[in-house]
Amino acid sequence: MIWDWNFALNEALPQMLGAFLKVTLLATILGSVVAMVLGLILALLRRSRIQLISRPTGWFIEFVRSTPLLVQLLFLFLVLPRVGITLPAFTIGIIGLGVHYATYTSEVYRAGIDGVPKGQWEAATALSLPPRRKWQDVILPQAIRNVLPALGNYVISMFKETPYLLAITVLDMVAIAKNIGSLNFKYLETFTIAGLIFLAASYPAAVLMRKLEIRLGH
Amino acid sequence: MVTEPTTNGNTTGKGQSAPDKMVRFDKVVKRFGDLVVLRELDFEVAPAEHVTLIGPSGSGKTTILRLLMTLEKINDGYIWVDGEPLWHMDQGGKLVPANEKYLRRMRPKMGMVFQQFNLFPNMKVLRNVTEAPIYSLGMSKDEAVQRGREILELVGLSDKVDSYPSQLSGGQQQRVAIARALAMNPKILLLDEVTSALDPELVAEVLNVLRDIAHTTEITILCVTHEMQFAKDISHRVMMFDHGQIVEYGPPEKIFSDPEHDRTKSFLRAVLEAR
Ligand SMILES: Nc1ncnc2c1ncn2[C@@H]1O[C@H](COP(=O)(O)OP(=O)(O)OP(=O)(O)O)[C@@H](O)[C@H]1O
Ligand SMILES: [Mg+2]
Repeated sequence: MIWDWNFALNEALPQMLGAFLKVTLLATILGSVVAMVLGLILALLRRSRIQLISRPTGWFIEFVRSTPLLVQLLFLFLVLPRVGITLPAFTIGIIGLGVHYATYTSEVYRAGIDGVPKGQWEAATALSLPPRRKWQDVILPQAIRNVLPALGNYVISMFKETPYLLAITVLDMVAIAKNIGSLNFKYLETFTIAGLIFLAASYPAAVLMRKLEIRLGH
Repeated sequence: MVTEPTTNGNTTGKGQSAPDKMVRFDKVVKRFGDLVVLRELDFEVAPAEHVTLIGPSGSGKTTILRLLMTLEKINDGYIWVDGEPLWHMDQGGKLVPANEKYLRRMRPKMGMVFQQFNLFPNMKVLRNVTEAPIYSLGMSKDEAVQRGREILELVGLSDKVDSYPSQLSGGQQQRVAIARALAMNPKILLLDEVTSALDPELVAEVLNVLRDIAHTTEITILCVTHEMQFAKDISHRVMMFDHGQIVEYGPPEKIFSDPEHDRTKSFLRAVLEAR
């Protein structure tokens, strides 16, 4: 087996790069948005003083965290249509990735919130700040700043798990690599390129996260 | 000047408001688990009066201020602030435990300055001072900013409005904290060892600002401090605590130079030796 430059550069790379941008990267970005927003909501619900809210939220988080992403994706993909919800596979993938990672980011947010010094809560109380302002202006900015690196690391993890979307027929870059590789019997080229593209994207991201950690004084 | 714990200056009947008093503790009980910190504590503070609380560590001084700031819950008894119950609200002629909404209405009567400043590190100095007037009192942004600048000038920090707290010295941070409390226009200022986290050379700038406020405003002050000269300068009255009880009280000249009680004498001696 020898390396076919022509195939690698003119056929595999353009197709795979396209799939990378349209599927892998887009799924990571949208999935991250869901994970960040939903994770914060879960963290706040779990803190609720009303047990009827905090308890089920806790169970949900535990349940999702203790089952594999692949199973969750297949579950959503196969069960949602049965209950009358028909969504594109890509959308289901975003929901699956987002919800799965939201249960992790919710724990990160929780740690961040717990890490805000007692004096900050007391100052907010002493100044009679309404709850919304206390959270929005005092607690969350400090909590989130402290956990940005941890949140970023989950984005990178999610990025590396996007190939699971193949299980629900979403053809990401890795799936394309397999397909065009098998058509031409040129797996070496396609999977090498896939690996390099992942590396080219996640290495700078990891370096960026490390820089951020240092800047935030971790 | 030695007084019985239950008659410590209270002239008002039990369970009643005292319209002419700014603060009134009425048989206040505070426990932490099995530890009884305040046992039926009674005392009163008049409007514009400046009272300094002294006493050994663990005698309950901080707890008294924190109860007033509603940072700790009362276990029994009543606290009256400006003629209204703090921890209770009137419901059909009966006093029932206050709800959060009621507490939020009462809190702006008090302003607290903490030992550790507790400024909001994510906000610039001016925002630290305007945040609560805008969002707690509903002041317009323009007015809050104008007042904020005035108050920051009062504490000598006009040039720091756009700094972050972390860019300031401890003394400057504490002056911002004083400005932040004053911006709410409280009737009562609670000061809990506000200079004990500061380097010695920064203590004076903070105490001078507080002296200024004490001498030029009508604010009522409850102050815990080990700075005896400062206590002398600003207080009308010093109350000596031990085990959550008032041992004795009186004008600072009297308490500091001629205390009646042995507990006070040994406490003052210990404070002097520590310096
Ligand atoms: N949150 C708490 N939980 C349990 N015990 C507490 C708590 N806060 C205070 N205490 C206890 O209550 C007592 C009174 O504490 P407080 O802080 O009011 O004393 P203080 O007079 O301010 O002392 P210091 O001069 O050391 O500041 C102490 O025995 C203290 O250990
Ligand atoms: Mg104390």
